[in-house]
Amino acid sequence: MSFDGDLTRSTAAALAAAIKGGDVTATEVTQAHLDRIAKVDEKVHAFLHVDTEGALAKAAEVDAKRARGEKLGPLAGVPLALKDVFTTKGVPTTCGSKMLQGWVPPYDATVTRRLREADVVILGKTNMDEFAMGSSTENSAYGVTHNPWDLTRIPGGSGGGSSASLAAFEAPLAIGTDTGGSIRQPASVTGTVGVKPTYGGVSRYGLVAFSSSLDQGGPCARTVLDAALLHAAIAGHDPMDSTSIDLPVPDVVAAARLADIKGMRIGVVKQFDGDGYQDGVRQRFHESVDLLRELGATIVEVDCPSFDYALPAYYLIAPSECSSNLARFDAMRYGRRVGDDGVNGVEEVTSLSREAGFGPEVKRRIMLGTYALSSGYYDAYYGSAQQVRTLIMRDFDRAFADVDVLVSPTTPTTAFKIGERADDPMAMYLADLCTIPSNMAGNAGMSVPVGLAPDDGLPVGLQIIAPAMADDRLYRVGSAVEAALNGKWGRPLIEEVPAL
Amino acid sequence: MPAITREEVAHLALLSRLDLSEDELAHYAEQLDVILGSVARVSEAVQQLGQGQDIPPTSHALPLVNVTRPDVEQPCLDPADVLSQAPAAQDQRFRVPRILGED
Repeated sequence: MSFDGDLTRSTAAALAAAIKGGDVTATEVTQAHLDRIAKVDEKVHAFLHVDTEGALAKAAEVDAKRARGEKLGPLAGVPLALKDVFTTKGVPTTCGSKMLQGWVPPYDATVTRRLREADVVILGKTNMDEFAMGSSTENSAYGVTHNPWDLTRIPGGSGGGSSASLAAFEAPLAIGTDTGGSIRQPASVTGTVGVKPTYGGVSRYGLVAFSSSLDQGGPCARTVLDAALLHAAIAGHDPMDSTSIDLPVPDVVAAARLADIKGMRIGVVKQFDGDGYQDGVRQRFHESVDLLRELGATIVEVDCPSFDYALPAYYLIAPSECSSNLARFDAMRYGRRVGDDGVNGVEEVTSLSREAGFGPEVKRRIMLGTYALSSGYYDAYYGSAQQVRTLIMRDFDRAFADVDVLVSPTTPTTAFKIGERADDPMAMYLADLCTIPSNMAGNAGMSVPVGLAPDDGLPVGLQIIAPAMADDRLYRVGSAVEAALNGKWGRPLIEEVPAL
Repeated sequence: MPAITREEVAHLALLSRLDLSEDELAHYAEQLDVILGSVARVSEAVQQLGQGQDIPPTSHALPLVNVTRPDVEQPCLDPADVLSQAPAAQDQRFRVPRILGED
């Protein structure tokens, strides 16, 4: 093997090039990552299931293809960690819930299928808040995931397993889903890159639904270019998803390689600053805005008054959709069944199974949604929330008439301590304050690392928001910021993660 | 508006098909009250920001209606694969608890 450096610390782009060039085999790359998982995942707990056999079989297939002289795709042989909310044929899928313990899906999600077709090596399934409801991964029925920067802290959520796997060098690529910030907030608190594509940009077929009008799968990586390569592999129209957009995917890879923002107009969202934001987060954010200006962008302050109400509107819309979506878990066709003693009728068995299968946050949201949708309360709660959604979309339209992208901190604080907000749902919900508006409007967002907060030494993320189907702008801005900061620091921020 | 009672939570649990314990009922009554008290601000937002205008609701970010595809036969999942994941199966069917009352 003539690969220079540690395989697990390499970028996906470099690994793919090395495999293609014959410097290393896909099997060696995969084995190195499986070894790393075996060594450190006991401390991190990023994975719920490691598919050693499947990963090595895929890697062998890639090596055989190369030996036959077949053309390899841009990510062929590169390992990936898949959030356990995407179905994988023949591989367990739990969504972090006891409800689906032992479930082995009979079909692949479109994202899973596209990864397989791109010859990406799926290492296993990552931990998450149950059914993607949470901001810390503490709501998983299978135990918490630890942030590799500080094992006593959360890795973000709901996709904390995916973000932690990247920061722990267990995988160079991961897939997440983002309903209110579940890709971007974990990226922010782990010093990694996470992208919520435009709603409808990546198929939801086989993504177990939480809130269908908000859910969006997307790429997670340690570099902006790697995220772009993964984005290109999974995006595009899918007839199996009726909300999939039938338009060409923006050229995100070219944008990531451009890394130039001269002449761009960038809006700073007035609402996402001040009270409630950690000093160290604000400091790094303001420096990032200065950096964008130095790199040739024009900075404009943008007023989006409806964003102050995005959080309460979200906590009506998402639970309402969740209460309807999770009604499918009735213990009849798949999933957990409890109390089927020959005496209990179907309703008792359903209620007993759901009581045993769902954790506290899921129950809380199902009941909240059921309440918000009840006659008598519908107009005041769900109806008003839908009107706020309209106001949010109008604020975005007005902003994007003047600027190319918007920026804000990704989340108000750095990674908090495990257990710190576990008994206080409202405090937990604040983690998604800045990310929720993009889900409501269906546009695109990215979190890119911009340094460590001076007050606690933990990673801070910059959120970039682009209009729907202008995902390429995220990559243009993100890569420019990344290149400038890497130049300043001498090496990528992720190299500062303490040894595990 | 809130001040949600324990009885209301019990009714929500029934509608939600959740066989909650007594402790859970008390706990959720407290928590739902706090959450509802906080999210109720949305109606105030509509009045304040809408400036008296009629704001249409948005249920979905995409302006899609009636997405269709040609009615072409497609292979479906293998019944054995599907039933292997059922809590109970019998004669190539899902076996479910009784659906009618005893009398």
